[in-house]
Amino acid sequence: MTTADVQSKGYIKPYSINVGPQHPAAHGVLRLITEMDGEVVERCDPHIGLLHRGTEKLIEYKTYIQSVPYFDRLDYVAPMAQEHAYAIAVEKLLGITAPRRGQIIRVMFTEISRVLNHILCIGTGALDVGAVTPALWGFEQREVMMEFYERVCGARLHANYIRPGGVHQDLPAGLADDIWEFTERFPKFYADVDRLLTENRIFKQRTVDIGVVTDQEALDWGFSGPMLRASNVAWDLRKAQPYDIYEELDFDVPVGTTGDCWARYLVRMEEMLQSIKIIRQCLVKLKDTPGPVKVQDRKVAPPKRGEMKSSMEALIHHFKLYTEGYHVPAGETYSVIETPKGEFGVYLVSDGSNRPYRCKIRPPAFVHLAALNFMSQGHMLADVIAIIGSLDIVFGEIDR
Amino acid sequence: MAFLDRTARSLFLTELVSGLALTLDYFFRPKVTINYPYEKGPISPRFRGEHVLRRYPNGEERCIACKLCEAVCPALAITIEAEPREDGSRRTTRYDIDMTKCIYCGYCQEACPVDAIVEGPNFEFSTETREELFYNKEKLLANGDRWEARIAANLAADAPYR
Repeated sequence: MTTADVQSKGYIKPYSINVGPQHPAAHGVLRLITEMDGEVVERCDPHIGLLHRGTEKLIEYKTYIQSVPYFDRLDYVAPMAQEHAYAIAVEKLLGITAPRRGQIIRVMFTEISRVLNHILCIGTGALDVGAVTPALWGFEQREVMMEFYERVCGARLHANYIRPGGVHQDLPAGLADDIWEFTERFPKFYADVDRLLTENRIFKQRTVDIGVVTDQEALDWGFSGPMLRASNVAWDLRKAQPYDIYEELDFDVPVGTTGDCWARYLVRMEEMLQSIKIIRQCLVKLKDTPGPVKVQDRKVAPPKRGEMKSSMEALIHHFKLYTEGYHVPAGETYSVIETPKGEFGVYLVSDGSNRPYRCKIRPPAFVHLAALNFMSQGHMLADVIAIIGSLDIVFGEIDR
Repeated sequence: MAFLDRTARSLFLTELVSGLALTLDYFFRPKVTINYPYEKGPISPRFRGEHVLRRYPNGEERCIACKLCEAVCPALAITIEAEPREDGSRRTTRYDIDMTKCIYCGYCQEACPVDAIVEGPNFEFSTETREELFYNKEKLLANGDRWEARIAANLAADAPYR
């Protein structure tokens, strides 16, 4: 197009708009190059990599124990779920299973992470389309759950709690009761958000029929988690290939029918209730499951401090574990679990040494972001923001 | 009937009015926010904050320069140099923590066999310059003297689980 055209016709078509990377609705450091025809999006090109920290390469230079904190920093909205995936991958390679009490605690905290994640996703998703209140109320609930994190592991966010072979420490006294009390209060919060958002006409106008994904498209694009279930595919790894104690738990997998942003919101809302149900079942199970929370194999898990200070053998194990770590038999594994955002996979290759030869991380949100272009074509620019809000992307895990 | 019901709800803005009533209800409830510098949230005994180096009650420093914390630190934030003291006991001559590198994972306090390095309850140690966050042994020991009472109580409270 020449300058003469612009002067004669009075407009340029299509033109591109650069959204982000510092846009508050971009959920982190997302940079979008959108090609617009008027206010209609013709192409939407996400540019990623601004939060790349080289996690996968770093892990190759750390022992298996030292790698755990890196998984907190992937999806920092639900940190313990990632640790869970890594712990299961290492356990598979080592050929060990965590003791039952450890498994229950792990599942319980993964479900707390799921609630944490969905509250933030719904809150900020609503914030993006103009509803400020649910986000503020949601952060109050998140604060309560982060306090549970802090009491169990000492950090509100970067937990470093779920380790290969179980969890680091048992629950402190009183925590189980407080979590139970929280699960009793939570439905009240759920009802309030439901009353504000679900039938609200402004919210529905912004989300219904926006970013529709059919079940076939969702499968073709490799969707997982709530994104896939909102498109009417009942696929949940907790049911399809149960890990830890999920087999014994009674919960439903909510499914959406329309595959639009509203369906994704509804699926996430219902999943929170199901997670609360799982947390309650775990608390009941915890009560009558005493015992260790990590494997008693001293080659994998460190001994108790009292033992370490009195027994020479325990001290040697302690020193070996914290310097050299454990050697993992050569082999490879791809373990995948259902994190709040979808299927989070850890592909570990071990060459028999104390450090992983390769660690590939499969983040669910990366796949979802790839579909943003096809989901937003033909929509208005403001709808792209609603779609991003419903994608539930976190850049820690996309850029790794 | 369903049609009438829907139309009536749509006309009378029921869901909007109900939402506004709910927010008004919340408006009159007690506030959940706290006035931060003057009020602080609770912290558990396991909290992992600013590092300290502890001493025994007789004033002797605990650290024996075994370098486990240096070995386990995933961020390589700890640097230790050691040589025997005049009385023949093994002590550090240099114990530096780069707080800008530290990721507060808690492995150093887990690894320490004598409970010398501990991540204490202090989370308010921001500084105006980067250099102030390169802690040396004097700073860490001074931290230890300052926070010893609370750290000892925290360790005692958490002892059954460790």
